[in-house]
Amino acid sequence: MLQDILVTGLVNGGVYALLAIGFSLIFGVARIVNIAHTGFYMLAAYLFYALLVKAGLGFVLSGLIAVTATTLLSVVCYRLVIEPVREHEAAVLIATIALGLIFQESMLLTFGGHYLGIPSTLEGTVRVAGVSIPYQRLLILVVAAAMLAGVWFLLYRTRLGLAIRATANDLEVATLMGMNVRRVAMATVGISVALAAVAGVVVAPVFVVDPFMWLAPLVTMLAIVVLGGLGSLKGSLIGALIIGYVEAITVFALPGGAYLKGAVALVIMVVVLLARPEGLFGVAFEEER
Amino acid sequence: MLRSLAVLAFSLACGAAAAQGTIRIGVLGPMNFVQGEHHWNGAEMARDEINKAGGVNVGGKRMQIELIRGDTNEIQSVPDATNTMERVITRDKADFLIGGFRSEAVLAMQEVAMDYKKIFLGVGAAHSKLGANVESNYGRYKYWFRVSPTKDVDLARTLFSVMGAIGQQIRTELKTETPKVALLAEKAVWTEGLVAAAQKTLPALKMEVVGLWQPSAVATDVTAELSAIERAGAQIVFTMLSGPVGIVVGRQMGERNMKAVAWGINVEGQKEEFWQAAAGKANFVSTLDTYAEVEYTPKTVPFVRAYRERFKKPPTYTAATYDAIMILRAAIEKTGSMDADKIVDFIEKNEHVGTGAYATFDKRHDLVWAVGKTSGIAVQWQDGKKVPFWPPQVKGMQPFKMPKP
Repeated sequence: MLQDILVTGLVNGGVYALLAIGFSLIFGVARIVNIAHTGFYMLAAYLFYALLVKAGLGFVLSGLIAVTATTLLSVVCYRLVIEPVREHEAAVLIATIALGLIFQESMLLTFGGHYLGIPSTLEGTVRVAGVSIPYQRLLILVVAAAMLAGVWFLLYRTRLGLAIRATANDLEVATLMGMNVRRVAMATVGISVALAAVAGVVVAPVFVVDPFMWLAPLVTMLAIVVLGGLGSLKGSLIGALIIGYVEAITVFALPGGAYLKGAVALVIMVVVLLARPEGLFGVAFEEER
Repeated sequence: MLRSLAVLAFSLACGAAAAQGTIRIGVLGPMNFVQGEHHWNGAEMARDEINKAGGVNVGGKRMQIELIRGDTNEIQSVPDATNTMERVITRDKADFLIGGFRSEAVLAMQEVAMDYKKIFLGVGAAHSKLGANVESNYGRYKYWFRVSPTKDVDLARTLFSVMGAIGQQIRTELKTETPKVALLAEKAVWTEGLVAAAQKTLPALKMEVVGLWQPSAVATDVTAELSAIERAGAQIVFTMLSGPVGIVVGRQMGERNMKAVAWGINVEGQKEEFWQAAAGKANFVSTLDTYAEVEYTPKTVPFVRAYRERFKKPPTYTAATYDAIMILRAAIEKTGSMDADKIVDFIEKNEHVGTGAYATFDKRHDLVWAVGKTSGIAVQWQDGKKVPFWPPQVKGMQPFKMPKP
């Protein structure tokens, strides 16, 4: 049973990490409470489905178009919906909830409430310590690691990353220093949504595509980012693994209560926050900044 | 202004005239989802067939059927369902009500219908409480009948009948005396009775229950559950799933090349779209179902063929709205009246040969259960096709297959 928990927790943690990286960037680093973030993930999954299954464009082309189109849409949405109310966090929160719901209802109208399946990019399974792991999940782990490294590089080794961190830290000072904060924010939204879109393309083949698929990851992402510490990419990765392992342990230790796995993960988050309100790596991030 | 009022008055007058000559049937279901889609399709087929034949003879007067589309959104919201029911009765002036899918919602919808003393023929919800209400307070709940499916307890009887047959096949093919069964039931009110019954009945069928796993009905991942089930050495995964988790289970079992076979209720597995949704991985998944091109009743094959021709897909069990409307037509024509009490009396006392069952109703206004009469059929996905395999006495059944060991 131990090997089952170790392998299952790692693989599921990888899925969550892939979803959490983009959210960590937008919510944790840029401090834009974009509730529609997982809505973009859903849109990318639907686009990928339509292009791959309906239009038959192939994995690579479908994935590229889905990610590009979703990213461009996010920039438009930012200009129209988020930017006008950017100064007011509550307004951003409400506006992006509305945006997420518009995406949901649009997909419901376009595709109906049907559950759709996307073929795996990589077929087959491998057995690790007696546990079957589909190659698609291993691909997710690899993509999550690559994206994590890429985002870290962007934030800490490029001028754009410096600008993103600076504007997140103090908008007014960043403006006084001559930064184009509007463009920086737009770039942040674009990059984070591109990450969500990549997650949609890579993760959707292991899930089911439906108009409500953005809601469950939203709660989990919030939990992971807050648990790991706002703005800490390392925290998000560890938060994702903690949630993955907690869920696996819940299922193995309490099979009849498998439906509680999400709730148990949230309880862990609350407990951690009570002990460390800044999250696991929140302080380290503040110091870095 | 005056012209507008005149147009309005004319429209109202025309509407009232039309309403007088029609029987208005509210079709209630989650219309953006497959269940509601089939509710509506089945009802449309019945309406068109009846209207084409001249309508319903109500005491010598021919009346056309008019359908009212009530989108209950019940999968997402129970209050939406009761609001729709209220609207269909009060604003749209429905004479009869059919449909409903999610037990939690239908229990609430039943209350609204009974408040207005409207006949409500259930097509979709299985919870026993719906029928128990009739038994405990007949005066209030007598207007409710469950046309499809059978109540949860009877679903269990069917499930265990099929389970016995599958268990026997496993004993022969795998040379094991006591097949191991994993219970995989979504956490929902309708599975509670089934889980309890399985834990009690399976040992009596000389099967070992190796554990109970209860994911959420909307879980997007069950790898941990399936790992644990594999580790427990289960040969049968007894599914009790109505939500999208049914697709995830089918797909992930296939991806893992699990040697266990899935049998039970998998509502998503009843749909034509299941194979695509599970990315073609759900081979050997089997489920209780209602319709296939087998001679279950004399009306089954013609109905399934006509449905497939019209909607380009086979019907699921909520398409039994067709049977519900046919029962109403027979009751109205035989009693010569639209009076609810007379219609209730007729439905109670007669057998109704439908497309999915030979329906007779007990004192709870539930279908009287019998194999080959109301039990439904069992189907298995084999290489992209839904193949019927049970009950064996029905003509057209094919062999049940196991994954290669």
